[in-house]
Amino acid sequence: MSKLMLKTEGDRHVVVVRRFAASPEAVYRAHTEPKLIRRWMLGPEGWSMPACICEARSGGKIRYEWADGKGGGFYLTGEFIALEPFSRIVHVERMHLPDVTPDNHIETRFEADGAGTLMTMRMTLPDAATRDAMLATGMEHGMEASYARLEAMA
Amino acid sequence: MQNLDATFSALADPTRRAILARLALGETTVMELAEPFDMTQPAISRHLKVLEGAGLIIRRIEGTKRPCRLAPSAIDEIDQWLGTLRQALAKNYDRLDAVLAGMKPKKRKARR
Repeated sequence: MSKLMLKTEGDRHVVVVRRFAASPEAVYRAHTEPKLIRRWMLGPEGWSMPACICEARSGGKIRYEWADGKGGGFYLTGEFIALEPFSRIVHVERMHLPDVTPDNHIETRFEADGAGTLMTMRMTLPDAATRDAMLATGMEHGMEASYARLEAMA
Repeated sequence: MQNLDATFSALADPTRRAILARLALGETTVMELAEPFDMTQPAISRHLKVLEGAGLIIRRIEGTKRPCRLAPSAIDEIDQWLGTLRQALAKNYDRLDAVLAGMKPKKRKARR
């Protein structure tokens, strides 16, 4: 938990920094190979990713579909803009909830850091209102996960 | 907690969220706020009144000006947004740690 750093920058950016105990090559592959992505990019407990398209080349398509196992779900689409194995990924993504959210332009960097990797993900939203709405959506999803955990405890 | 409804309805408007984002950078006058939003000062003042009523901003009197800044509760609110997104990402990355731990270094075998 303490390993993750998340902050806003200016009024249109969100920056996420995280260290991993693996090589930049492994972390990069875990972000670009569907069979690996489906094992971790799942959000709250109990969700799965029934469909995962990730064409890791410039202009390649991205489509991730999530399901809560109870008939609910949403999906994300995007396109790759540039890939530099194993150091940098630039892509655009948007959520379909089912209403489509504005484009989120994301640059992800993987740098060797001792025996591990320092990942820096910088999101750029079209304007301040969109960025804040995205963070507010994060709040809803986080609350949902908390309620689900609470149910499990009861 | 008593004006949570007022807080949420104040935050429901994109212009007001943008005003809060601007105020996160520091204290500002109505005139400075009106500029980037392409709105009249009375329109901005109406939004500020809602934000002030919800306890999200604090205004003080300085001569003829009434500069405004974020109230500590608004800062908590913004921190909460960040906190929950952080929570969702932290969960994904904890899972990624486990995936990475199970990955064997591949490649380099066909090399020689």
